Amino acid sequence: MRPTLQASYGLFIGGKFVEPKSGKYFHSINPATEESIARVADAGVEDVARAVAAAHKAFPKWSKTKPAERAKILFRVARRIQERSRELAVLESMDGGKPIKESRDEDLPLVVQHFFHHAGWCDKLAYAFAGATPKPVGVCGQIIPWNFPLMMAAWKLAPALACGNTCVLKPAETTPMTALFLAEILAECGVPDGVVNIVTGGPAAGRAITALAGKNGGKNGIHKIAFTGSTEVGKAIAKAVAGTGAKLTLELGGKSPNIVFRDAALDQAVEGVVSGIWFNQGHVCCAGSRLFVEESIHDDFLARLERRMQQLRVGDPLDKNTDVGAINSKAQLETIERFLKAGTDEGAQKLEVSCTLPKKGYWCKPTIFTGVQPSHTIAREEIFGPVLSVMTFRTPEEAVQRANNTTYGLSAGVWTEKAARALEMSNRLTAGVVWLNTFNRFDASAPFGGYRESGFGREGGRQGLSSYVKVGGVR
Amino acid sequence: MSAANDKSVNVKGRLEVVKTLKLFVHGAFPRSESGRTIPVRDAKKRVVAHASHASRKDLRDTVEAANAAQPKWAAATAYNRGQVIYRLAEMLEARRAEFVSLIVSIEGRSKADATREVDRAIDRCVCYAGWTDKIASVLGGKQPVAGPYFVFSMPEATGTVAVVLPDGAQLLAIVSLVLPVISSGNAAIVIAPIHANAPLAIAFAEAVATSDVPAGIINVLTGMRGELAPWIATHRDIAAVAGAHLSADDAKALELGAAENLKRVCLFADAPKFEDDAFWHSPFAIQPFVEIKTVWHPSAL
Repeated sequence: MRPTLQASYGLFIGGKFVEPKSGKYFHSINPATEESIARVADAGVEDVARAVAAAHKAFPKWSKTKPAERAKILFRVARRIQERSRELAVLESMDGGKPIKESRDEDLPLVVQHFFHHAGWCDKLAYAFAGATPKPVGVCGQIIPWNFPLMMAAWKLAPALACGNTCVLKPAETTPMTALFLAEILAECGVPDGVVNIVTGGPAAGRAITALAGKNGGKNGIHKIAFTGSTEVGKAIAKAVAGTGAKLTLELGGKSPNIVFRDAALDQAVEGVVSGIWFNQGHVCCAGSRLFVEESIHDDFLARLERRMQQLRVGDPLDKNTDVGAINSKAQLETIERFLKAGTDEGAQKLEVSCTLPKKGYWCKPTIFTGVQPSHTIAREEIFGPVLSVMTFRTPEEAVQRANNTTYGLSAGVWTEKAARALEMSNRLTAGVVWLNTFNRFDASAPFGGYRESGFGREGGRQGLSSYVKVGGVR
Repeated sequence: MSAANDKSVNVKGRLEVVKTLKLFVHGAFPRSESGRTIPVRDAKKRVVAHASHASRKDLRDTVEAANAAQPKWAAATAYNRGQVIYRLAEMLEARRAEFVSLIVSIEGRSKADATREVDRAIDRCVCYAGWTDKIASVLGGKQPVAGPYFVFSMPEATGTVAVVLPDGAQLLAIVSLVLPVISSGNAAIVIAPIHANAPLAIAFAEAVATSDVPAGIINVLTGMRGELAPWIATHRDIAAVAGAHLSADDAKALELGAAENLKRVCLFADAPKFEDDAFWHSPFAIQPFVEIKTVWHPSAL
């Protein structure tokens, strides 16, 4: 089912779509065709201030709405998204380039589950913070990335709303479409005007949001900033928020290790490595982009992995047989290409899928680099593309040491049939999420988030609620 | 100086043995490498001692010691950490009179007021002795995911935490901020403002030194908050900063520098006073200094 699109979209402020005071617009491009999907408003400083004012206006009533009634609204949102899943999945794949089988089978079910799960928290917060009386933080400014557009909107909005906050959400510049459809659904389901405001735009709109953090003691500003995106931008946001008194959570980049021991179920491990790095074109903050293979099985494992990689179908995101879709944007494709060049220049050996790529659109072949040294750029920096760096280890000790040798700490994978080894590794790996004999699993009830420079704060489950409440008056 | 006296010569004409105030690093009492000291004055403005004035280099040395000690402390059983913290409460109790006397002489507060603070501090220590093996039950748990996976979330120590004390009642501030940090397996580097009550901070360190808290897990540097804050904030091997009731300027200096390396900064904005047991005995005082790790494993073949 194709979504019904308008030619142009305004900003969603105070419960209705309004034209931007900035007078500026941009086009959201389908990365598989390079064609415009729609014209979208580019919010300016004044527009962001207007959205924040609307969120302030809505806050007193929403935060005092009977929690069970807030719950009913959010349950209804979950149901309505479920009904419109097919259409939203198609739109997500058109706007972002991800294969339809992923947007349909991974993104949308998780979006629905996030609203459903958090709906139920509304009237149970006192049990989540036993012995305390949690209070909403206030107005939340939420800035989300382009890799899981609707899922990130749900991860941000559902807990914030369940806890009684009001929101100003900025979707990424290259993927604003599903958030705009979500605005319509929220209004239809009875989310009061101003409780969720959606301001589309680029980095300038994002800066306009962080500039309002804690302004005037929070009276006309934003009490809480939540950001998902790159570590570089996360640091800039942390600087902007420093000393303002606003609450901050950051979910940032990663260079996550996937560790395969010789006693692993090798074919399952191959599948895990494949989904770890080629899920969503590798545009995944927790992607298993560093593969550590026990030295004695390196050649065997690589042969299996390459054979499996050659089976990947790259192409039209809307074809349900596609495994790897389009790179999200031209800019991101250029970034990935710089890393591919660095990999070869620094002496690693490149293996890639042999296939022909569509003539139009932004594409990158799934790639494996072998012979990678820990000092190589492709072993240290987040590529955010379908590029795997393979290294080896001899002992569990060395695996831990090499896996943790990064400034990041988002996720880690371990493949072994030995339960005690798996659990010991999970204790020793510096990562917010550890997948043992699986990878890239997510759930609304399971907190997700990073250690170290992968950010702070968790999303999902009881632990994730802390990001959106004050306990004992403490932000 | 002796805590019981604020005069250096007592009634019988005996010259008092005055204590040299040093830093507390890795279980030892070194002087500042800088050789700097600052006179400590009592409530009547008389110089009663000289406190070591910690430098940036002292901070760096302390970070090394704390980071070396922290993994073992984090790996100790929670039960063991509880017993160690209970032992600390015993040592604090033994020094109760000394703490009261230092609060009276240096801070100029009444004996009744000082006693209330000391009693509260010791009782808070007992409270945290009981927290160590309950943090994981309260902050972690099994997650009911929608699929055939066994998923659990558990709190882990963040690492070495710089504890930046506000001015004012020092003993309660130290206990309120240090115990949440160490009970969950972190190491603490306490930055005690040298002009607040440096002798008291060092008396606390002496209690730590005679308890079973491993060397390097609680360190005390007497120094200038403003001078050390930027180095604390930007030091890559300090994992987090704890503080409360600090000025907006202090908060900004710490948060701005920390943005460079994304260390966690918890300054308990708008927190209740340290006298508030409901908050300062709660797991929400511990939570900022743990990381939640979520582990997945398939639970069906």
